[in-house]
Amino acid sequence: MSEFMERFCRLRDEKRYSELIEAIPYARLMGVEFGEDEQGDLVFWLPFHERNVGNTVLPALHGGLIGGFLENAALIHLMWNRESQDAPKIVDFSLDYLRSGKAKTLFARCEITKQGKRVAHVLIEAWQEDRAKPVAVARAHFLLSSPSA
Amino acid sequence: MSLSQSPANPAVFEALRDVFVGLPHCVTLGFEYVGSEGRLPTLKVDWRDDLVGNPSTGVIHGGVITSLVDTTSAVSVTACLPQFETIATLDLRIDYLKAASPGRTIFCRAECYRLAGQVAFTRAVCFHDSPDDPIAHGVATFMRESSPLPMIPQEGGQ
Repeated sequence: MSEFMERFCRLRDEKRYSELIEAIPYARLMGVEFGEDEQGDLVFWLPFHERNVGNTVLPALHGGLIGGFLENAALIHLMWNRESQDAPKIVDFSLDYLRSGKAKTLFARCEITKQGKRVAHVLIEAWQEDRAKPVAVARAHFLLSSPSA
Repeated sequence: MSLSQSPANPAVFEALRDVFVGLPHCVTLGFEYVGSEGRLPTLKVDWRDDLVGNPSTGVIHGGVITSLVDTTSAVSVTACLPQFETIATLDLRIDYLKAASPGRTIFCRAECYRLAGQVAFTRAVCFHDSPDDPIAHGVATFMRESSPLPMIPQEGGQ
């Protein structure tokens, strides 16, 4: 197990959310935060930061940033819910933009649709003020094991 | 075809290219415009420790590649636009073909292979040394005239 996964698992087991984000440099740069809701499901959120803007006129969040936020949420969600201490590797990522991301907090939730021996499929949904009006939906495939494992 | 063609409207291409590469999030990530072959622009991002996804390996976060593909693809659309207009990503798919090497610059080259009336279709490839040895491949679609507000506030009646 890598030093990173060792640290991840320790922080996860102690539910030290913000320290876990600190351990992932790009997640820290975006300004990601997350925690558990009353049901114990993970919720991710990204407070608005000027540095994340992709359209200065509207203004709107950068589409690539929304992708990075959702991809990162999927990875953390998967690692959070897995016993294994191997880091999953993303294989592909598909993202549909439904509304522009306004200069407000962006939320995301994930769902592991399938977790097989080798591959996991994760759905991700992002919204701002109203969950019924998603800003983006995405799905990702992750490889769970290396050929030698 | 697009290799031998110059941008449809060089003034539109140059202005919108600079807008896209200069957007706050692109500046945050350190994106730079490298150059174009015909209508195929290339952008790059240098490796930086704050862009890493897994500190044990030092590999850049996939989200950075997503932003690079999105931005380079948008720039490739502007190479085909006859006039100024605002565009917005409709969907994006990235295939991660292999891990990027830590410490190395990632390049992205994109092509708008079809500019339809309302939608633009793009494909992009990310690589270190050559597009023939890709790290990631991306396809995207963009809505044309996604907003009545111009992306350049001072462009006026263009």
